Amino acid sequence: MSELNRRDLRDDPAFARGMTSRRSALKLFGASAAALALSACSIPGQGGRGKITQAQIDAFWKGRTGKGALKWANWPGYMEDDRATIKAFTKQTGIQIEYKEVIQEAADWFGKVQAPLAAGQSIDFDLMVVTNGIQSTKMIELGYLAPLDHRRLPNFAKYASPKFKNPSYDPGNAFTVPYVSGVTGIAYNTKYVKDEINSIAQLFDPRYRGKVGMMGDSQELGNFGMFAIGVDPEKSTPRDWENAARKLREQRDQKIVRKYYEQNYIDAVAKGDVWLTMAWSGDVYSLANDDVKFVVPREGGTIWSDLMMIPKPAANPADALTLMNWLYEPRNNATLTEFINYITPVPETQRFVREDAAKATGEDRADLQRLADSPLVYPTEADLSRLRNYRVLTQQEEPQYQKIFTPIAQGS
Amino acid sequence: MTGLKGRLTPYLLILPGGLWLTAFFAIPLIFMASVSLMTGNLIDGFTQTWHWQNYTDAIGTYGDKIVRSLWYGLLATAACIALAYPAAYWIAFKGGRHKSTWLFLLLLPFFVSFVLRTISWKLVLTDNGPVLGPLKSWGLLPDGFHVLDSGFAVVSGLTYNFLPFMILPIYVALERIDYRVIEAAYDLYAGRFEAFRRVVLPLSLPGVFAGVIMTFVPVTSDYVNASVLGGPGNTMIGNVIQSEYFTQSNYHTASALSFALMALLLAGIFAYARALGTKDVLEAAAR
Repeated sequence: MSELNRRDLRDDPAFARGMTSRRSALKLFGASAAALALSACSIPGQGGRGKITQAQIDAFWKGRTGKGALKWANWPGYMEDDRATIKAFTKQTGIQIEYKEVIQEAADWFGKVQAPLAAGQSIDFDLMVVTNGIQSTKMIELGYLAPLDHRRLPNFAKYASPKFKNPSYDPGNAFTVPYVSGVTGIAYNTKYVKDEINSIAQLFDPRYRGKVGMMGDSQELGNFGMFAIGVDPEKSTPRDWENAARKLREQRDQKIVRKYYEQNYIDAVAKGDVWLTMAWSGDVYSLANDDVKFVVPREGGTIWSDLMMIPKPAANPADALTLMNWLYEPRNNATLTEFINYITPVPETQRFVREDAAKATGEDRADLQRLADSPLVYPTEADLSRLRNYRVLTQQEEPQYQKIFTPIAQGS
Repeated sequence: MTGLKGRLTPYLLILPGGLWLTAFFAIPLIFMASVSLMTGNLIDGFTQTWHWQNYTDAIGTYGDKIVRSLWYGLLATAACIALAYPAAYWIAFKGGRHKSTWLFLLLLPFFVSFVLRTISWKLVLTDNGPVLGPLKSWGLLPDGFHVLDSGFAVVSGLTYNFLPFMILPIYVALERIDYRVIEAAYDLYAGRFEAFRRVVLPLSLPGVFAGVIMTFVPVTSDYVNASVLGGPGNTMIGNVIQSEYFTQSNYHTASALSFALMALLLAGIFAYARALGTKDVLEAAAR
């Protein structure tokens, strides 16, 4: 047996010294302190870049032409499994797409891309889809996004529903256009829940102790807390936030909440780990499980949009813009809508979905007809009037809001 | 070899590793230490204000998560020892010709990605899944019983995921024990238990020591298990740091928490090395 094998870490004088020597510890401390002094610089702020002029837009797009290849970051479930829409796009335009389902939560995604975008480095994607909210506002404000040249995006002006134009979170659609929109409401499994679910108050009912799922996202969670105390989230004040947070903590501390979810609540409610949960409309619609129902509670639900945006350092913004324009063509968008089952920003697609239904047979036909008639895909004015927008948070309010709501899902 | 070259050789050998550690460990660490004393936010930027209050604020808010992480770390490490020691013992002494096969079988699950393994637990342990479903329908468990989203699930997941880091060092320590030493103990009228307690155990403690360091530290700062298998009451400090840094861009809070955790872990390991690490303690245990 070699000497090396026999060595015991605990008897090793070098190890013992490393663990115990005060002198070396002091040396280390001295060196660190010196370096600390050196690095006592700062991380510069990058705020205030959300205003854009036509000259800046022209400057950005000057000389940018398509290169015939495009990298696209999106959420899971936002494209047909056989990528039919992408194939059709490539066939018509000759532009190749590398498509990746890498976005799970807006906040996480922001954390991943923030450092390279701040440094002006490519994130290896030319197009990404982020929900309107704290992170999209930050990206606009920090100047991470390419301004959209609407002259190259005529289909948006032509076909987008007026409800999706000029939103408060991105005036004039200067940086973003919606990919799809959806409603946050309640999903419940009728195998376990025998009562009719129609109110947010039921998410707070001790009868469902340990069987309720909530979303971990601070805006989604905060919104439902505000509905529960009878406040419209869009018009809420910091005092409302405090009250809503108290209500949400009560719900958590009474052990009513089983878990705070990102994406995977849908599995949990389908399997019965939770019986009722906050949910996004399209997830429930595409779930092949008739036991699970979705409802917009009578207090209201929230409507959100997942936005297409081009990171400023993108290698190939021109092709990304071409894709945006192509997706707003009703015929192209209809095919996608038939798969995604969320609210489309292009209302004219309804006609094409009906046409497709007429052409289809059997089960497909019934599915497409149901889709074309669904208020969760083509909401009426009355439906929309029950839905509330996310509160747009100012730079001063955002940290305060985060501080109030984020710790709840973490158990603090 | 010339004299100069000979004298330079050791330094040249250490150069690549040294540069690597300086560039990717020391410098980022110092930068993080600096950030932990800054104030500000992403929009306005962060400035160095020597704000030591970051530490008291962070610990004040999340101290309970640190305590919970240390507790989970202790539980999982203890469970690892309890599972790993008998397994390693059996392979080392009774494994015979197939020692390496047994060892390979034991390590086989760990060739699958860490995240994938944790998620597959979810499928097995779901409330009405293949394990709990039948037990509930036979009336052996109450309907509301669940394993997922509990502290038990998190500690079990941690134990499972870090088991190899405990098995391997213990196995190496046991494997190199000369069997004649044990025979000598029998010759001196030691029973099986006595021989284990006074010969095998002390000789294998270095392996346990190394195993504890290699499991306790990563287990305590883990965040995957708590986020996949835990509920709202099981958040660990790793989850908080992850969320503070990546989702909220509170770089100062995340850095302060990281350093507080590092200090605690170093102090813990230091105390552990002092308590168990000296020859005297070892001999006292053997007596």
